Amino acid sequence: MSAFTRRHLLGLEGLTRDEILHLLDTALAMREVLRRSVKKVPTLRGKGVVNLFFENSTRTRMSFEVAAKVLSADAYNVSASGSSAAKGESLVDTARNLDAMRPDVIVVRHSSSGAAAMVARHVRAAVVNAGDGQHEHPTQALLDALTLREALGSLENKRISIVGDVLHSRVARSNAFALKALGAHVTFCGPPTLLPTSLASMGVGITHSLETALRDADAVMMLRVQSERMDGAYLPGAREYSRVWGLGLRQLEWMRPDAVILHPGPVNRGVELAPEVADGPRSVILPQVENGVAVRMAVLYLLAGGREEERS
Amino acid sequence: MSDNNGTFAIVGARVIDPASGVDGVRNVFVREGRVQGIEAPGPLPAGIPAIDGTGLWLVPGFIDLHVHLREPGEEHKETIATGARSAAAGGFTTVVAMPNTKPAIDNAALVRFVRRKSDEAGLCRVLPSAAITVGQKGELITEFVELAEAGAVCFTDDGKPVANAGVMRRALEYARTVDLPIMVHEEEPALSGGCMHEGDVSARLGLKGIPGAAEDVMVHRDIVLAELTGGRLHVAHISTAESVRAVREAKKRGIRVTAEATPHHFSLTHEAVEGYDTHAKMAPPLRAELDRAAVLEGLKDGTIDAIATDHAPHAVVDKELEFDRAANGIVGLETALGLTLRAVREQGLPLMRAIETLTIGPARIFGLEGGAIRTGAPADLTLIDPSAKWVFDPKNSYSKSKNSPFAGWSFEGRVVRTFVAGREVFRL
Repeated sequence: MSAFTRRHLLGLEGLTRDEILHLLDTALAMREVLRRSVKKVPTLRGKGVVNLFFENSTRTRMSFEVAAKVLSADAYNVSASGSSAAKGESLVDTARNLDAMRPDVIVVRHSSSGAAAMVARHVRAAVVNAGDGQHEHPTQALLDALTLREALGSLENKRISIVGDVLHSRVARSNAFALKALGAHVTFCGPPTLLPTSLASMGVGITHSLETALRDADAVMMLRVQSERMDGAYLPGAREYSRVWGLGLRQLEWMRPDAVILHPGPVNRGVELAPEVADGPRSVILPQVENGVAVRMAVLYLLAGGREEERS
Repeated sequence: MSDNNGTFAIVGARVIDPASGVDGVRNVFVREGRVQGIEAPGPLPAGIPAIDGTGLWLVPGFIDLHVHLREPGEEHKETIATGARSAAAGGFTTVVAMPNTKPAIDNAALVRFVRRKSDEAGLCRVLPSAAITVGQKGELITEFVELAEAGAVCFTDDGKPVANAGVMRRALEYARTVDLPIMVHEEEPALSGGCMHEGDVSARLGLKGIPGAAEDVMVHRDIVLAELTGGRLHVAHISTAESVRAVREAKKRGIRVTAEATPHHFSLTHEAVEGYDTHAKMAPPLRAELDRAAVLEGLKDGTIDAIATDHAPHAVVDKELEFDRAANGIVGLETALGLTLRAVREQGLPLMRAIETLTIGPARIFGLEGGAIRTGAPADLTLIDPSAKWVFDPKNSYSKSKNSPFAGWSFEGRVVRTFVAGREVFRL
């Protein structure tokens, strides 16, 4: 009996601990398949998965594509820049037209918060949110949770710090929802312009001091700061950001020796993470990527695999 | 519709007229479109058609200082005629049309166009307002005198703020020539750019927020300029606790500032955006509970002079979009009374005060005719059934547009008849 019976995965807000653990455990089983020499199981044979990406993304889209193909589903990539969206077709129309071709799952990435929920309201297919504006990126947070669980064991009462442009980060929000559901304590850290105090209403700690965020943390997740934020609008520049909130060898000394370092990628080497730290022994960035495929396999399976009963 | 040539009596209704303080059962006589007498219940002269007002309230026709009727240029959303019909259904006998049409109403010809369209529709009175600046670009002020002569009742760049303080100063000064108010949409562009109130809901939903400060800094600025110039400042759709406080203080100091508030700003908060419902998206945005409560308090204590709907019709294609791209605004003419009576019943807004903010309050601050049941005055009247329980379905509304967050809301009290100059313009 599956503990996860939702029709869509639009976000992690409101998911129970049991639902999240079920997703993670399913991902573990899927990862075992990824490590075989023949990476193929027939689980989703005959199912169609459409990647509907309105924002550029190489790794997330490829991750979903690999996940679909390992499960024997047919994967189709639609990127909005080359599509009718450029001709002014609305999001709802695009979604409905694609849905008329009867895919089983539509994976949506869009620059507007709420876009995935909007698509879900208008299609028969199951919808996976691959990132909607600044709102949520649930599969990212799930792969982060899986990676953290591997490194730290149970996440109950563990201290996780998330550092960077939290204001604009869907990764930070999804992680906050997931980690709190799993019993962890989350702290957001960043410059005041990128870390408004209203975020405390999410039940997280807030600090502007990197040292405070790093000391006693069991894990630290560094976020990428986009160049448009650093051009003087929110920050005076990359140099000062990197000096005050970047994680280099010096700042590493503030961390516990057994603490791990995560990053959703891509890394701005030298800005939020020094190259030596990104490639160092405490970094779990590459395991995150592998876990990403496993988590997406789990999500596709749980959303598309059980729908046979609904259709007949 | 039967109008008996503008000669009839409304018998046995409870007359609530804040202008005179009357609240009691009266017979009201209308002759050739003007109120002829308001008398204690008694025998009726023979031969006068009588409308039975038993159990009903008779109030002055409502006045809405702020509606967007989209004509010229966006007639698919609303026209002056359809907007006037929606207004009449909501009990409004006078509305002031905003000039942010396409093209903007910044010249006398377009002001006269609005008046002509209003007369053609022959429903509620649609009074034109005119833009403060040419094309509402915020740079050059328009020809206030000629616009006033053509019939404009106020000047506003509503939809946009007048960002340049120098332009705003000149506008307030120059408007003294015609002694008309400058209505301001207070939203500092450099602090804005968001799509909902900046707070814990926007933080959670990942939507860019507009802080209350964006409104507050401009309200404070314009109060200072009103004091400097002696001009008449009217704050549109006031939405923050701090703005209300600033207006209250300014009034105490004798500065000529007035304010209006929408029913949605005293009925809803930013929680309504949950689920990314674009029917909860408007400018200024729905704010936090303490702002909502402050707006209601401002209406109660006289800081806010009028309830004005900011009726903003939009087509489905403008609203059924990603939240950050959806158009701002909701329709409001047909839910205004229901929401106001809710506040009366549940939030302690006194009934007489509520009716005042819909009638003589707006009339007085804009120097408009109407807003009172007065012998000799045109019979602009609204009959309300206070016990009618009904559910609002936008599909049944008279507006061309159906963008409302109040679909499915239950209300108690609705307009049953509306008269303009003794002529029936709406009947339920």
